Amino acid sequence: MTDQIAPHYDVVVVGGGPAGLAAATLTARAGLKTALFDEQPGPGGQIYRAITQTPLQSRSVLGGDYWRGQILVDDFLASKAAYVPNTTVWSVSRNREIGVSSAGKARMVTAQRIILATGAQERPFPVPGWTLPGVMTAGAAQILLKSFGLAPQRPVVLAGCGPLLWLLAWQMQNAGAVVDAILDTTPRANWMRALPHLPAFLTSPYFLKGLKLMLGVRRRVRVISEVVDLAAEGDGRVEAVTYSTASGRIARLPAETLLLHQGVTPNVNLAMSIGIPHRWSDEQACWEPELDADGNTAIEGIMIAGDGGGIIGARAAEERGRLAALGTIRALKGQTAAAGAGDAELIRHRLRRQISGRAFLDRLYRPAAQFRRPRGDTIVCRCEEVTARQVMTTAALGCTGPNQMKAFSRCGMGPCQGRLCGLTVTELLAEAHGITPERVGYYRLRAPIKPITLGELAQLPTDDAAMKAVIRT
Amino acid sequence: MFHRLPSAAAEIVTISVDGRPVAARKGDSVAAAMLAAGIVQNRTTPVSAAPRGPYCMMGVCFECLVMIDGIGSRQGCMTLVADGMVVETQLGKREPGR
Repeated sequence: MTDQIAPHYDVVVVGGGPAGLAAATLTARAGLKTALFDEQPGPGGQIYRAITQTPLQSRSVLGGDYWRGQILVDDFLASKAAYVPNTTVWSVSRNREIGVSSAGKARMVTAQRIILATGAQERPFPVPGWTLPGVMTAGAAQILLKSFGLAPQRPVVLAGCGPLLWLLAWQMQNAGAVVDAILDTTPRANWMRALPHLPAFLTSPYFLKGLKLMLGVRRRVRVISEVVDLAAEGDGRVEAVTYSTASGRIARLPAETLLLHQGVTPNVNLAMSIGIPHRWSDEQACWEPELDADGNTAIEGIMIAGDGGGIIGARAAEERGRLAALGTIRALKGQTAAAGAGDAELIRHRLRRQISGRAFLDRLYRPAAQFRRPRGDTIVCRCEEVTARQVMTTAALGCTGPNQMKAFSRCGMGPCQGRLCGLTVTELLAEAHGITPERVGYYRLRAPIKPITLGELAQLPTDDAAMKAVIRT
Repeated sequence: MFHRLPSAAAEIVTISVDGRPVAARKGDSVAAAMLAAGIVQNRTTPVSAAPRGPYCMMGVCFECLVMIDGIGSRQGCMTLVADGMVVETQLGKREPGR
């Protein structure tokens, strides 16, 4: 594919999930030279992952909402957009130079407009033992199911809160894979905060689907509610999970596989590395980029669409992708071309409908404080093995921010570049100093945001000006 | 650790993991093929030599790092298997230069 990458495009879309696919389809249809770079081997992102190549033979395993992604993928593949899979974007600059790596070869590409559609990642779930082999995210198990037709060995315990936990349990059941128990960590107090938003949820597309799913799972799986404490145990790998409930019951379940989930958060690494301003969302307890209604960031020519701009779900992400595409077409070809490419009012109408149930879900499934701000010897930074106690002790020494925390403890300096500790560190520091997460801030992220070899960097094609810049005369 | 559900027919390729032949389905990632073969540990940490296995399977956590065809710290979940691929688990401290 590398040889098919052109040096310049009108539009580059980063990420092949619903937002990216919808955006690239529209810009390509409008005659703009469009490329979509994606890390995965096939289109669909994580939500429609492996939709063109899943080895699962029964379509009923993953369900209708999954297969609906086929329309999006078919439209995209039928468009003139260049599709570049298996390709990592490791750098984007303010003047829209994009560093890509494909098949072991790095190169720079430029674009007039960039749409970042880098989606979401799972929220860190720091509990004792979460680094043991056999403890994985619910998303990981779902990927293993979709992409490779793999199901975990029993006993399987799911723990946490959020729609994905129930969807995974339902899909595993459909596949004939047994879930032995679900430890539901949804705090009871969340219901009070969520209730005012119940009417909107009841009329949203989520309600009936969610209800059917939960009832289906509850009929066959033991569900333990109001779990307030959770730990994975085992020698060299997970063997059991211990938990306690709000009513004070303490118990231990054997587990060969423990799947954790407490929601998803925007994947901010690329956007932050470009310098796009982000703000702290209290509702979703995560960072979100500052965007206008179309998805424009503070940096000229760079937009964000989909869950990377704030968690909204797959169907809404698709509409945000279309709005970003229309904004792009307007900027490059004018209002008439944009009006001909799609009906912005209709898209906004569909978007409003798709997000109408979010306020309820966000409040109901907001993870409990003890699972966002761990204590004691629980590992916060998995890469450098920094514990919650070490973070708090360092804060007490006067460390005010996540960047200084790096210098004290190497927290956040491992290969994941803070992806699995950043939110935890921000929230712990905010608590320690009695200030808002917004004031604490986040790690300063820099390119390359994904690892590339020094050899690849060294072999980047250079022009005369670049050569002269580093030659001493 | 993970077992294969009834799946569409696919070409079988053989990779080696720490010198042991492992059969994989074409299209598997290295991390998936290892989990299907019952290998739960990809590496030990460079800090305390604690065992680690895949956590996110989507390129975020960097827990599934392995050496692939002589290059260290490759993401097992982001690399597809190829016939004859040589995979080694990573033990102990980082080895600069690899």
